Amino acid sequence: MKRQRRHALRQSGWAWLWMTLGSLYFLIPLLATFLFSLRGKKGVLGFTAYAKVFADPQFLQTFAFSFRMALLTIVVGLALILPTMIWVHLRATWAKPILETCSLIPFVIPPIVLVFGLIRMYGVLSFTLVSSPFLLVAGYVVLAFPYIYRAVDAGLRAIDLKGLTEAAQSLGAGWGTILFRVLLPNLRISLLSAVFLTFSIVIGELTLAVMLAWPAFGPYMALVGRDLAFEPAALAILSFLLTWGLIGLIQFASRSLAGQGSALGGTH
Amino acid sequence: MEATELALSSGKEAPTYRLLARRGARRWLGLLPFLGFALAFMILPCATILVGSFQDAEGHFTLANFAHLARPSIMSAYLVTIEVSAASALGGTLLGFLLAYAITLGRLPKELRSMLLTFCGVASNFAGVPLAFAFIATLGRMGMVTFVLKNVFGLNLYEMGFNLYSFWGLCLTYLYFQLPLMVLIITPALDGVRREWREASESLGASKYQYWRHVALPILMPSLLSSAILLFGNAFGAYATAYALTGGLLNLVPILIGAQIQGDVLHDPNLGYALALGMVVVMGLSILAYRTLQKRSSRWLA
Repeated sequence: MKRQRRHALRQSGWAWLWMTLGSLYFLIPLLATFLFSLRGKKGVLGFTAYAKVFADPQFLQTFAFSFRMALLTIVVGLALILPTMIWVHLRATWAKPILETCSLIPFVIPPIVLVFGLIRMYGVLSFTLVSSPFLLVAGYVVLAFPYIYRAVDAGLRAIDLKGLTEAAQSLGAGWGTILFRVLLPNLRISLLSAVFLTFSIVIGELTLAVMLAWPAFGPYMALVGRDLAFEPAALAILSFLLTWGLIGLIQFASRSLAGQGSALGGTH
Repeated sequence: MEATELALSSGKEAPTYRLLARRGARRWLGLLPFLGFALAFMILPCATILVGSFQDAEGHFTLANFAHLARPSIMSAYLVTIEVSAASALGGTLLGFLLAYAITLGRLPKELRSMLLTFCGVASNFAGVPLAFAFIATLGRMGMVTFVLKNVFGLNLYEMGFNLYSFWGLCLTYLYFQLPLMVLIITPALDGVRREWREASESLGASKYQYWRHVALPILMPSLLSSAILLFGNAFGAYATAYALTGGLLNLVPILIGAQIQGDVLHDPNLGYALALGMVVVMGLSILAYRTLQKRSSRWLA
């Protein structure tokens, strides 16, 4: 008995040690960045750097641009993926491996390779496409696809898709009614998590935006980092808070959903 | 994250729907919009890279691009990229495992577990430019920690040979998204380790070391390896963090491809294709190994 208790104590001793070290590694950069961001004005600690960030018209413009791109990506991505997945779950389960494989492609092709392929391919075909935001949104849909796929897949598994559609059909509902008034309300939690994930991927995305030369938020931040000292730290803290908010919303939304762990990873 | 996906992918086909699906071309109908998109923006761009890497500037068939990959500058780019990815993946796997161990088998309070998991969810998504900024503000030449170590503890990191904008600095920065990702992937696996296994091995007289060496680690090994591979791929394709941290100075393959897109820095337009194809091959092999190992690990850890 005594031996067992000592054993348990030693075990949790190690656990506390790892936990402490891990917390230090996680928290020190955040704390240091926050303190650093407060030094915007010489001699005093204050929110000068934040005020300067918000006062820069470029900040709002680029953020608004990325915000619009995120909304477009969400709309296009869901319009493309949701009906396809409902179709596959209902009528074409044989096609699931195809979607599975497609959902792995964005892991195999890093964003930098994807944008290289897109530019080389569409640069030859038509310059207008490369210079239109459509290509950027298409690229973002590719980046977001695995995350939307997994969120929607978890949602579709959690409901009785067949039963719901058959019940609605027997009551005389058309496909539009079924989709918008039966399925979407039932899938709202997984759709919400897909929406927030896509948003968090697109809002600070750098690689595609910089290569396709768009004035997005990611390239703007990189530019600020090249020229200034304290504003980047303020931007880092603001981005962390934004990520925290988005992931918090996803975790809040998916707490009631059986399929866990859809909020992992991102583009680096 | 693949664990859930894999677990989800084993759904059974309903026979009635298979019958329905046999009815001719209609079965492709609902898939057409998505397949069209996938073809246009996923598959054809890859095909473009594949074809381009076998062509010279005039479009004739050649293998010269692959021969040019052997250039010292390109070989070293691949080497450094692989080393950074491997080092940050190993560090992330080891430390992430210890952290996950602490919150699963280590009998820490439940609140700590949910706090850490929530934080890891955020931190694994906190990457790219802001992450680089945070580390510059922390460990850069003027960073807070650099400053405190120098003025309070008398340790001058940069005189001791540390440089954030170099190999180890990049590893340390990547670790900030690798470590939490590892915690998130491996925690379910550690949750699957049964207390009975330990009790059984203890009642048979096994020591703690023997239990880990012969029972727990062999069961966890596929999960650990597959996580390490996933982390490797995660770092291998990373562009934004490296770009913002080193300003494109460190010779990494993604940085090199980026520079090649913006202006033919290699003075060889088709070498870029081979460079990109090399990345796809490395990533493809990683994902393949990952999936294989995942299937093996699901035998013991549901």
